[in-house]
Amino acid sequence: MISELGAWAIFLLPLASFALIALVIRPFLGSRSRVSGYVTVLAIGLAFLLSAYALRSTLGHEQAIGWPSHRWLAISGLDIRIGILMDPLTAIMLVVVTGVSLLVQVYSLGYMKDDEGYARYFAYMSLFTASMVGVVMARSIIQLYVFWELVGLCSYLLIGFWHQRPAAAAAAKKAFLVTRIGDVGFLLAILYLFLQRDTAAFAGRNPFEIPDILAAAGMMTTFAATWTALGVFAGAAGKSGQFPLHTWLPDAMEGPTPVSSLIHAATMVAAGVFLTARFFPLFEHSAAAMTTVALVGGFTAVFAATMGLVMYDIKRVLAYSTISQLGYMMLAIGVGAPAVAIFHLFTHAFFKCLLFLGAGSVSHAILTFDMRFMGGLRKAMPWTYATFLIGALSLAGVFPLAGFWSKDEVLLSAWRGDKGVDSLVFWLAFVAVFLTAFYMFRVIIMTFHGPFRGGVGAEHPQPGPPARGEHDQDHAAGEEAAPSVHLAESPLVMIAPMLVLAVLAIAAGYVANPLGDLAGVPAHWFVEFLEEHAEGFSPGLAAASSAVALGGVGLAALVYGRRSPSPEAVGRAFGPIRTLLLNRYYMDALYEGVIVRSLFYQGIARGLNWFDREVIDRFVDFLGWLSRNGGRTVAPLQNGQTQAYGVVISLGVLAIIGVYLVFGR
Amino acid sequence: MLTAVVFTPLAGALAILLLAWLTKVIRWQGGSARRKPTPGWLKAGPRTQRARSLALLVSVAELLLSVTVFLSYDLAQGGLQLITRADWIVPINAQYYLGVDGLSAPLVLLNGLLGLCAVLASWNVRRRAKEHFIWLLVLQTAVMGVFTSLDFVLFFVFWELELIPMYLLISIWGSGRKEYSALKFLAFTIFGSAFMLVGLLVLYFSTGTFDMVALGQQKEWSNLILPVQVVFFLFFTAFAIKLPSWPVHTWLPDAHTDAPTAGSVMLAGVLIKMGGYGLIRVCVTMFPEVAREYAWLLVALGVMSVMYGAVVTMRQNDLKRMIAYSSISHMGLVLIGISSVGVAADRLSPVGLSGAALQMFTHGTITGLLFLLVGFVYEKAHTRYIPDLGGLAARMPFLAAFLVMAGLASLGLPGLSGFVAELLVFLGTFSVWGWPTAIAVFSIVLTAGYILWMVQRVMFGPALRRYDHVGDATLAEAIPVVLLFIAILAVGVYPAWLTDVFTSGVAPIISRFG
Repeated sequence: MISELGAWAIFLLPLASFALIALVIRPFLGSRSRVSGYVTVLAIGLAFLLSAYALRSTLGHEQAIGWPSHRWLAISGLDIRIGILMDPLTAIMLVVVTGVSLLVQVYSLGYMKDDEGYARYFAYMSLFTASMVGVVMARSIIQLYVFWELVGLCSYLLIGFWHQRPAAAAAAKKAFLVTRIGDVGFLLAILYLFLQRDTAAFAGRNPFEIPDILAAAGMMTTFAATWTALGVFAGAAGKSGQFPLHTWLPDAMEGPTPVSSLIHAATMVAAGVFLTARFFPLFEHSAAAMTTVALVGGFTAVFAATMGLVMYDIKRVLAYSTISQLGYMMLAIGVGAPAVAIFHLFTHAFFKCLLFLGAGSVSHAILTFDMRFMGGLRKAMPWTYATFLIGALSLAGVFPLAGFWSKDEVLLSAWRGDKGVDSLVFWLAFVAVFLTAFYMFRVIIMTFHGPFRGGVGAEHPQPGPPARGEHDQDHAAGEEAAPSVHLAESPLVMIAPMLVLAVLAIAAGYVANPLGDLAGVPAHWFVEFLEEHAEGFSPGLAAASSAVALGGVGLAALVYGRRSPSPEAVGRAFGPIRTLLLNRYYMDALYEGVIVRSLFYQGIARGLNWFDREVIDRFVDFLGWLSRNGGRTVAPLQNGQTQAYGVVISLGVLAIIGVYLVFGR
Repeated sequence: MLTAVVFTPLAGALAILLLAWLTKVIRWQGGSARRKPTPGWLKAGPRTQRARSLALLVSVAELLLSVTVFLSYDLAQGGLQLITRADWIVPINAQYYLGVDGLSAPLVLLNGLLGLCAVLASWNVRRRAKEHFIWLLVLQTAVMGVFTSLDFVLFFVFWELELIPMYLLISIWGSGRKEYSALKFLAFTIFGSAFMLVGLLVLYFSTGTFDMVALGQQKEWSNLILPVQVVFFLFFTAFAIKLPSWPVHTWLPDAHTDAPTAGSVMLAGVLIKMGGYGLIRVCVTMFPEVAREYAWLLVALGVMSVMYGAVVTMRQNDLKRMIAYSSISHMGLVLIGISSVGVAADRLSPVGLSGAALQMFTHGTITGLLFLLVGFVYEKAHTRYIPDLGGLAARMPFLAAFLVMAGLASLGLPGLSGFVAELLVFLGTFSVWGWPTAIAVFSIVLTAGYILWMVQRVMFGPALRRYDHVGDATLAEAIPVVLLFIAILAVGVYPAWLTDVFTSGVAPIISRFG
């Protein structure tokens, strides 16, 4: 069984890697030192091994392994402690986080090879991994919040990694701010938990310790459970890009592609789903909270998928797909199946990571993410094509890949739900299956089939270095020689992690959660490991969802492959809707243009600033003027005549007596 | 011990003065033969160097002394320690009475730390450098005096003494409308001091003592010549101006903007903490019942300061002015934390007050660091106008990295000290003032907004040609930056070493609410 020190090491190893790079390697060995990459891979590799061991240790345990927590801050009545909660949920998340992170780091060794900020990149990535590990291991809700915010910080640093590019700096800020709006809810939930410390539910319990909160959840009043759960969910919605806090995630594309793949697969966005699953007993106790989660998840699943239909940037399509899939996970929690949500998170981590790495591999060759300038790459990049196809099939939920099994579990949970809202979200999820299959095969065909449309050279036909813009190539090479397209497969160091992920994208679904006993893995192992009961399997539903998915694939092949009807004709037919989708339902315009800029910045902030200068400060200046000129006016009173002084003194004495008479008693 | 802590900077100032006078005498005697004026006296001549070396030496000694005070404070014993007591002005029963408790010991440490930072920040001051260092050291003595005095007359003398050096620092070494700002600072504070003077005279004539400890243990105020509420507000006015609270805050942006870097650091770092310290030490400790009765006013002013300050900060285009407004917002949290006493005794907890005290310390380090960094950026880029700046991260990676980290600390990122203080304030106050606290919690979004937007506009984006010549921090600049950041990180990672001390200082005050 893993010791407490070993568990801490999972967190401390990547943290030490960060510290080593930031304090030693970068200052003394230079910002491009290869050592930083190797240190990171080594540290996270060891953390992965320890995580696997931790998972093994939890297998035999009925209950969470609980080590005593340590005092962090205590003031009478307030006791904030830190410690590790090692239960099945944590153990599985640890393996996913460190495993995916490890593969991404290996890939980055190749992808970031020539970057100016090589050491800085790996320092941030180490810290990112450490923070995410901190989130999943936290025993106290405050500890969880601390790492939660650090995950936000790391995403800020990594999205804005190429901070010379204004778009990257803006996207980083946006990601931090939008998620922070959700964090207000999370923080209020923590405050509200502390408020309940004297209630019967928390008698003898610490309102910050997660096991205590979960144990107390059943005894809390519905009102308290609802509001606490909704606060927590607000934080989760921000991190997991749920409507209406989803707008930051597509913009997060500005970071290096391996960062996107880590954010979308195992760290940042997974944190929200993890948080909701972690506090599931709170949600379970409140019908209102469950309905909210299910509706938000279901709506987001369809809403984001529609935007994915029309984007031209391959990473943006994948981003909307992530939002949509996160909607699935939230939906699963909302219908009462958190284990299924984590199962989908588990498979999604592999195929989404794979898809992003594939997109990175494509742009590594042709230096653009704009699918209008791709095409025909399957010949030049066979490995990328094969693995990307596997990822897309898995995401689309095609039998028997990993995504099929987890998506099917989600649909089944919603189908079998007994609340009215459950059947509504089932149909939302069902529609999203079709949309997902369609937009993924639109990507496949536009990227890998048909004729090659020139890559970055076609995007910037004029000679000279390309303009810095949103669709600029990944490597900030504006100051170096003009980039050139080289149609060739990426190096082995990038392909190898993709192959590993491809295997996982195929097998992780069935092997982890098989229908029957499978070579040592008991039936429904994954779901039953997290939760006592499993929904089982419904062949009819599986067939229906597979048919819908294949329908989406077929339609995409028809429009983008056969061109009958041609995409242009379809676009014209859906003119206004397409415009609406291309403008992302005008939500960014509403948030940034109307609410933040016009209403807040030009309205409220400007008004208060004016008030501050022209009213409050003018009044102060007026007082100053008054005392100066007033002094001049009353100066003649000091005329040296004793009688006059005597009068004033008498008046003063009278006034004092008066005050004494009024207040003196 | 405390006498040494208080007067070491003053002694250093006198030493610089003496040294200057001696060299002048020698120079005058030696130079009379040749009768030639020294050319190039504006440059950092050997005399200036000697003055700044001496100042550095003194402030390092002072930091060590204040660290010693902090470390030698015995937590197990609690209460007042390191007491120095002697008769001073016998006819009015005023004493020379110094001591520290859990509330003041960390603030002594803060003052020692920022004093050193201020001296290092003035390393490149050329104009009348000797005087500059002298006034800085006098300022440090005055603030130390305020934090350690236990006699009201002594407290008031130090409180007023602080005005002179600060006034001169702004009006001589400042920029922009420096005379106006210096006068505004002076006028506001003196206006408040007048109220405080009346208040302490009332207390004296009612009780016959200036002993703040005795006054702080008074059970009932039966024989005051003014209603106790009036006395409370006499003091409250003085401290609220100093804090500053909305709506008496407008002196702060002007004073900060036009003060030299070292002046801003001291002003934001320790001077405004005197307001919060006074509120807790005098208003809450001496008049607990009134504080409870009017806690609604504290929380209203606090929330107003927090939100109003944050919104107005958004609109500022001058770096220093922006940070000054953010200080108003952050000091509002001190008021909110103090307002947690407005609850029945059985539900009273020291969390809010500890949070308020911690907020003073963390704000001192964080905003001190921000003003340092902004001052360095200004010295190098010669402008503080945010729209003119940009892309500086390429030219000054060290300063950029620390500006980002200081900004993150300011917006309450966990792992850094600002978060702990905010959390304690919110936890302590939420159960007393639910909705007002909830409103204040939303300020964490606004704070993140203006900080990250500032960082983006100043440091990020493409490097600008006109800043090609700009360099990164020098060693003298890097030292205070790293020192302050270590303090921020230490509190953020493991706050108990500091909160335990504050809590031991706050506990006796809470017990007065029985």
